[in-house]
Amino acid sequence: MAGLDFKAPGTREQEDVAIIAHNTRMGVILFVVYVAFYGGFMALSAFWPEAMSVPALGGANLAVVYGFALIAAALFLALLYMRVCRKSKEGGSK
Amino acid sequence: MIHETSWIAVLIFLFFAGSVLGISFYLGSRAKSASGYFAAGGGIHWAVNGVAFAGDYLSAASFLGICGMIAFFGYDGFLYSIGYLAGWIVALFIIAEPLKRLGRYTFADALDNQFNSRGIKLAAAISTLVVSCFYLIPQMVGAGALVQPLLGFPHYVGVIVVGCVVTLIVTTAGMVSTTWVQFIKGTMLVLLCAFITVLILFRGVTTRPTDADGREVRIAKRGVPAAEVTGAAGVQVLAEEGAWRGKPYLRVKSAAGPVAVWRKDGDLLSETQTLTEQTDGRKLVNGRPRGKGPGEANLSPVGYASKLPNGAERTGAIGPLAFLQTMQESDVIQWPSEKIAESDGGVTTVYFQRVVSGKDFMTPGSSPTFKKVRSAKLFDKLDFLSLMLALFCGTASLPHILIRYYTVKDQISARKSTVVGIAAIGFFYVLTLYLGLGAMTSGALDITDSNMSAPLLARSLSELLFAVLSAVAFTTVLGTVSGLIMAASGAVAHDLMTNFLQMKLDEFQKVRAAKIAAMCVGVVAIVLGILFAKMNVNFLVGWAFNIAASANLPALVMLLFWKRTTKEGITAAIIVGMLSSLGWILLSAQAYSDVYGLNPATAIVPFSQPAIVTIPLGFLVLIAVSLCTKPARASAAVAR
Repeated sequence: MAGLDFKAPGTREQEDVAIIAHNTRMGVILFVVYVAFYGGFMALSAFWPEAMSVPALGGANLAVVYGFALIAAALFLALLYMRVCRKSKEGGSK
Repeated sequence: MIHETSWIAVLIFLFFAGSVLGISFYLGSRAKSASGYFAAGGGIHWAVNGVAFAGDYLSAASFLGICGMIAFFGYDGFLYSIGYLAGWIVALFIIAEPLKRLGRYTFADALDNQFNSRGIKLAAAISTLVVSCFYLIPQMVGAGALVQPLLGFPHYVGVIVVGCVVTLIVTTAGMVSTTWVQFIKGTMLVLLCAFITVLILFRGVTTRPTDADGREVRIAKRGVPAAEVTGAAGVQVLAEEGAWRGKPYLRVKSAAGPVAVWRKDGDLLSETQTLTEQTDGRKLVNGRPRGKGPGEANLSPVGYASKLPNGAERTGAIGPLAFLQTMQESDVIQWPSEKIAESDGGVTTVYFQRVVSGKDFMTPGSSPTFKKVRSAKLFDKLDFLSLMLALFCGTASLPHILIRYYTVKDQISARKSTVVGIAAIGFFYVLTLYLGLGAMTSGALDITDSNMSAPLLARSLSELLFAVLSAVAFTTVLGTVSGLIMAASGAVAHDLMTNFLQMKLDEFQKVRAAKIAAMCVGVVAIVLGILFAKMNVNFLVGWAFNIAASANLPALVMLLFWKRTTKEGITAAIIVGMLSSLGWILLSAQAYSDVYGLNPATAIVPFSQPAIVTIPLGFLVLIAVSLCTKPARASAAVAR
């Protein structure tokens, strides 16, 4: 059964400290970007809830548009992270 | 509400469950090693693992709870969708790769990688068990909620059926079968929900909804002049006495019929529905014995718009943005409830109509859960902020999610599978808004059970769709519960027995111990699922996220980003985070009202969601204890 062959031994990666450090730094930067975006949503909802009823895009209000944008941003940043991460020599495709 | 038994749903569910069990037995005959049992040998393809993430994560709470909350209250349910998805950012950017790099079978392995501390092993194992048990409750409650319309059996039957099937899945092949179940479930759930969303958009919004056979749903009367009700022949107006005194209700008794309760709004009246629980256990609906036979009554399905933009009666097929805009510009009828203690000891729940505008229910704060965000007081907003923080931080701290990182071969696969998971889960959460709002205007809601909103939405479209959706929802519970039991059994056999107690177990004994642990956890899950039957599953999951985030996240993050972290600091942070969040929850207003049946105003803690206090507390404890103890890391192979 392809993809579920649990008998295949898991290969242990060779850890490259520089690559790990680079990827960690990228992860933290993108994390901070998203936290700011998410924090903005929390702040608007908690302290200016009336602003969330303002029409924002295609007739949908800001609450809906911001919510969808948070979901889309998560996927966008995840793909960006895949792009900027470095791979080890032994690692698989990027 | 009394639902019709759907034998098609039963057959489809039996087919799904039988297929899943067949796969489990097949894979179980091949998985003999501890690595195979706990982590599928690290040989799962990243794409399969990514979809399995979705299958693992999209639990009964996501599916039933969120849709139910949106259907009953509007946008507030979608706040959970946003928070649940956002949590994956923490998992991807902060946790995934180091966890894969440092661990082997359980997240305790990663925490303890550099210390070899029995304290960390014990604390992490207990934390895993507590979080898993708390997360199991809503899944089992959801299972019970599903079985009622499926089979017509009581709630506890569904809980027992799911508990037994899942325990069988986990004990046959461990992580391999669990992965397979979650992969199938994740795929089916997302595709089916996308299909239903398309049907919702084709149907559009109407003030006169019909059922799947085209019959118009009965619309409860509103704005009836009081004289019209009280002046009818043979009608007797009952005096306001006992607990009814001062309430905005008018009770009228016809010559031959039961007592009808109307809600007063000035000189106008609107129909209500009542459910009375008598002291002998019998139930009355609208004053008649509850049932579907002659002389009996059943609660009517609800959920419809009372006014659409431009006075239209229906929109017809509609686009995704136009659907949302229409909902914002429409009025819908919601059915809040009020309990009245009768003088004979019985309790009557009055469900009354309330017109709510789209501008209100499509913004945060329209539900009882989040209404305090509209309060002017800063303190009132903390509950909302705390829950959103818990959802954000909790995902990457859930043991059954973390162990899935050990089923792929390397860090790149861990990263890729998380991205696949985010895509599938994010897409699903967008759909929840359409499913919930579709249910809100479907004319099919059960006013007594928000958890049934999504399946009943499907029933309003097609009986077959209801059958398939119910079966998929049941499989949804199987997928998540199997992951939770897997995490708990690993904590017992690997962390507690092998590592903490240092019992000398060979591979076979270790797997056997895990299987026995899985059976015990399965029994605990069944008992908890029955005890907490009446609670909204989404709220229960919120508690699990609070505990997971408070107990596990400070330890995981500080281990990765602070060189001075010590084993004592990690152990203390886990214990303090877990106990403080658990204690806070048990002393909260929500627990007072929903668990103990006490007056919530007498609760000790000021708000129900503890994360905003207990997560920082976990960090502070870790820092303080680490500074007071000596660092002693075995290696320094940590990324910084």
